[in-house]
Amino acid sequence: MSIARVNRLSPYMFMAPAVVIMAIALIYPLGYMIWGSFRDWAPSQTIGEAEFVGLKNYITLWNDPNFHESLTVTLKFAFFVVSIEMVIGVGLALLLDRDIRGMSMLRTMLILPMMIAPVVVGLMWRYMYHPTVGTFNRTLDSLGLPRVDWLGDHALMSVIIADIWQWTPFIFILSLAALQSLPRSALEAARIDGATAWQQIIYIKLPLMMPVLIVTCLLRLIDAFKVLEVILVLTEGGPGLSTEILALRISRTATEFRELGVAAAMSNYLLLLLMLLTVGMFAFTRWQEARAARIRALAEEDS
Amino acid sequence: MQTQRGNAAFYAVICVMVFMSIGPVLLMLVNSFKLDVDIISGTSGLLFLPTIQNYETALCDVLWYEPEHLDFCSLKFGGAFVNSIIIALVSTILTLVIGSMAAYALVRFRFMGRDTVSISTLMVRMVPPAVLLVPVFGLWNNEFCLDRDGLIGGLIRDTFGGRGDVCLAGTHSGIILIYVAMNLPFVIWILQSFIVQVPRSLEEAARVDGAGPFQVFFLVVLPLIKPGLAAAAIFTFRIAWNEYLLASALSDRNTKTVPILIVNNMSEFNVEWGVIMATGMLLAIPPIIFTLLASRQIITGMTAGAVKG
Repeated sequence: MSIARVNRLSPYMFMAPAVVIMAIALIYPLGYMIWGSFRDWAPSQTIGEAEFVGLKNYITLWNDPNFHESLTVTLKFAFFVVSIEMVIGVGLALLLDRDIRGMSMLRTMLILPMMIAPVVVGLMWRYMYHPTVGTFNRTLDSLGLPRVDWLGDHALMSVIIADIWQWTPFIFILSLAALQSLPRSALEAARIDGATAWQQIIYIKLPLMMPVLIVTCLLRLIDAFKVLEVILVLTEGGPGLSTEILALRISRTATEFRELGVAAAMSNYLLLLLMLLTVGMFAFTRWQEARAARIRALAEEDS
Repeated sequence: MQTQRGNAAFYAVICVMVFMSIGPVLLMLVNSFKLDVDIISGTSGLLFLPTIQNYETALCDVLWYEPEHLDFCSLKFGGAFVNSIIIALVSTILTLVIGSMAAYALVRFRFMGRDTVSISTLMVRMVPPAVLLVPVFGLWNNEFCLDRDGLIGGLIRDTFGGRGDVCLAGTHSGIILIYVAMNLPFVIWILQSFIVQVPRSLEEAARVDGAGPFQVFFLVVLPLIKPGLAAAAIFTFRIAWNEYLLASALSDRNTKTVPILIVNNMSEFNVEWGVIMATGMLLAIPPIIFTLLASRQIITGMTAGAVKG
């Protein structure tokens, strides 16, 4: 009898530590944040002492041009980063899709940028972008070209370049793996039918890779909203608000302006945005799978 | 002829890629051995006298001798490094043990609340650390304390009978707790795909031989998913080792980690490039070693994470 009870309890015993920790340190804080976003809350107060102000924080933010600016910067950053990385990463994978000697060595070199701390990445790029000492401007000087004010006039672009440097290999490696696990027979058949390299890519390789590409894109998109340290070290959100992404603004609102309620409301907006994106992406994949299944069913009926 | 030119172009592309990805790292390595004078004066290239002075400055609080170029050790890098190691190692081990247990339960058992748990694990994966900043800062400072009347603080006080004003913020355990929680969803997700592959018959054989569920898990299942554990360990370690934002909100003078130290030194007006590059290099060395030793596991983890979505 006791053995049966142990067996029935064992899943709960295995789950318990994870559930307890996630409840204490993730779920409860998220609830706490939602609750706090309806309050006028300063860091020195406990949440109980803070005054309840209803939706005031949300409305303030909604009408705050700085918040709009930072939201635009975030969306721009995420859009450019993800689309450029996808194009370069997938393009390189298509270009280099063959047996490479020393492939594992190449991959090791390419994942290096991802493993290094974002703070250090920011540090390296801040040095390279330095107006007088930096590598880029020195190279421009020695070529006789005018210097570029990387972190001043072109701050957002510079930040985007740094992120592309760090994360394009991720997409490259994933899409190369997807490409090399494609069914050889489909490609073989296309080649025999006389498809050109472009036709093979557009009609066979890309559609077959699509599921992996969508997941990769989604992962990168979610990560693009998490970027903070690189930008913090490179520009601290400046000049002006030109690189102040939402994550950075949240942390500044909380630590510099000491308005935890507003910061919490901003976090909720960011969370909502991410939720919409995730749900949208998943719905899209579902819809696409359903469509593929329908087409396959039709094709089978025909034959 | 045609293919030869193709090959040359092909290898040229690869060389450019490798150069682009490790160039900045090498640049930092080289600069960390230069004096500030050399960095600024612009005698670029490899013509310089390498010096370890920057590393001496960075590590002055743990060196056994006093570097002669320093009169005062202002940068407490050694202490921060020890903090980083403690926090990253403990949180990695805890995450792995707890996460693999949970992943095992999700894969092998049907129980009430299983779907809720697995969906909420997926959902919290997308929560950015910046979103956790505000509540974690508030909770760790005000509620997760031993002598306050908050929800969990009160519970801990009643059970363990705490006395002083001890809060989670500013302790190693405070930072470890949030790192474990942050990494758990990812570890659970990635390990599930490895546990599924363990043949059930092995577990049943062990059970017939009289092993309890925990023995089956720790002695039979865990050794079989070592590659998965390695991948999960590297990713967890990487986050715990590199994270800045939450650590900066939760740590105090004695528990700050290396990323915080680097950011604090960067934001000052006059940047000492040589020293800062040396600290950056020291922070980057453990991940670089892991990459060189275990790139296969890292790539397995990456693909498993993306493909099994």
